[in-house]
Amino acid sequence: MNGILLNLLNGSLLNGFQLNGTLLNGTLLNDTLLNGKSLLGRMISYFDEINWDLMFKATRETLYMMGVSLLFTIILGLALGIILFLTGPGQMLQNKISYFVLSLVVNMLRSVPFVILMILIMPLTKMLIGTSIGVQGAIPPLVVAAVPFFARLVEAALREVDRGVQEAAQAMGATKWQIVWHVLLREARTGLIAAVTITAITLVSYTAMSGIIGGGGLGDLAQRLGYQRFRTDVMIVTVAFLLVLVQVLQMAGDALVKHFSRK
Amino acid sequence: MFVLIELIGIDKEYRAKDRIVTALQHINLTVEKGEIFGVIGRSGAGKSTLLRCVNLLERPTNGKVLVGGQDLTSLKEGELQKERKRIGMIFQHFNLLSTATVEQNIAFPLKLSKLPKKEIAAKVASLLELVGLSQHRKQYPSQLSGGQKQRVGIARALASDPDILLCDEATSALDPQTTESILELLKDINTKLGITILLITHEMGVIRAICDRVAVMDQGEIVEVGDVLDVFLKPQHEVSRQFVSEVADSIDSSAFYNGAGSGGRILRIIFRGEQTYEPVLYETVKETGATFAILQGTVSRMKDTPYGQLVVELRGSDADVDAVVGGLCSRGLEVSVLR
Ligand SMILES: Nc1ncnc2c1ncn2[C@@H]1O[C@H](COP(=O)(O)OP(=O)(O)O)[C@@H](O)[C@H]1O
Ligand SMILES: [Mg+2]
Repeated sequence: MNGILLNLLNGSLLNGFQLNGTLLNGTLLNDTLLNGKSLLGRMISYFDEINWDLMFKATRETLYMMGVSLLFTIILGLALGIILFLTGPGQMLQNKISYFVLSLVVNMLRSVPFVILMILIMPLTKMLIGTSIGVQGAIPPLVVAAVPFFARLVEAALREVDRGVQEAAQAMGATKWQIVWHVLLREARTGLIAAVTITAITLVSYTAMSGIIGGGGLGDLAQRLGYQRFRTDVMIVTVAFLLVLVQVLQMAGDALVKHFSRK
Repeated sequence: MFVLIELIGIDKEYRAKDRIVTALQHINLTVEKGEIFGVIGRSGAGKSTLLRCVNLLERPTNGKVLVGGQDLTSLKEGELQKERKRIGMIFQHFNLLSTATVEQNIAFPLKLSKLPKKEIAAKVASLLELVGLSQHRKQYPSQLSGGQKQRVGIARALASDPDILLCDEATSALDPQTTESILELLKDINTKLGITILLITHEMGVIRAICDRVAVMDQGEIVEVGDVLDVFLKPQHEVSRQFVSEVADSIDSSAFYNGAGSGGRILRIIFRGEQTYEPVLYETVKETGATFAILQGTVSRMKDTPYGQLVVELRGSDADVDAVVGGLCSRGLEVSVLR
């Protein structure tokens, strides 16, 4: 694993240097690197101690926790967001009491810090999936924390939809459900994709805190090994992995928004 | 004549925070099958509210809305949705789906009605043809001009073969030339497809170009209703007079002539229909010993009806002048003595 990384770095750096001119020639760079005498060589050997299997296991755990909780968050949050929107002031199913109650619940959940929420709902977690620890046990608190957040983003995205278009559909004899499905969700799709992106990234950072209940993942690794056992090398690599993950999510989200935008 | 839309005793109140806004009061209105009926009024007069009461986008506080003899206010939601498919609607700001292409927008009401794909495609193709947008069918609304967007709106409204087309300021966001072409299209739709049109506008030009009858609204009430030509030539209400005077070739028959001419009798003569192009005035005057001077005049068209207005001063003996007035009246012209 180490060797692969080294070669990879070596190859790309080599190209970079060659492009830059004649600072170093290829063989020279190679020799110095392998002897571990140059600054670069020392930098790379700094990561020799890292257990890459652990690293990739943690990455898989993070992706799993994020993926599964994101899926449930989208399903539940979309439904809650639509209901919030529809019962809101001036909307199709306007209902002051429902809107107030839903709003209050959402705000309450959002005001509790994730770490606390996780501990608070442990009984619920246990009831739902039989355990309140580990990667599995982390999913319910992640969903409970992300659903109200995502629902608010959905509500905001739906509010952006031109009222006139809803009225046009209504004038055509569309049912309420048709208006939600064919007009609201369709017209709000770029806003909804952006909302999913933000939620996915938020979930990545929440997973870091699930280490407390043995949730695992990159954030947990950074904290247990990196911070508590002074393994700065592990800290640096996990943070780099998280950065790449967040970057990839954001870029994918932006690309989808661009693809679906008709403005 | 068959009455298609009948509004009976409509009131509409909006509850704002601390007060009640009366948008419509005692509205009674009938629209006959096949006509183009215009409602004109200033901004805030209640035109949109009135129009939206016809398909119950807005539910009146009091009163009945009869469409084809059926009281829409008594229908359940599902039945109302079915009836709405028979009433097309177009809007000032078009209200198209921004995420749908031209053809998807036109297909939209058909998709809602769950028509088979094949039927939808055929229908959409013929509608694209009708509004002249066949080349633009794959484009999105953001790529179209205002006039093209309104054509999409019209095609979409016609997709479910409605009997009625409601137009809410359909040309108010368009430039004069585009307005003209859209009005032309609406007129075609009315004559060729036999669709009854109820439109609202704040522009007298729109009324004059395509409407058969007009209602003038002011502060939530209808203050005058009649054939467009009648209202145009002889407005009864102050608001109607203001709208008429906004049109370039209207004649101001009030104070203007008091100092004009040489003391003869001043007449206002109104020609309607084909008579407008006949030498009626000359022939009438020729039979007597009188002469005349034209002080002001216009010849124009109201929708497809030619009409003319002349303000003339007759000179000659009282007997001759009386004979001219009598002669004009007996030839079917409307004559009023201004002085
Ligand atoms: N949803 C609403 N809530 C409160 N007041 C309204 C609402 N819609 C219209 N109004 C009021 O009703 C009156 C008539 O409005 P409208 O029918 O839109 O006039 P117009 O179309 O002739 O400009 C206005 O005073 C307007 O402020
Ligand atoms: Mg209006």
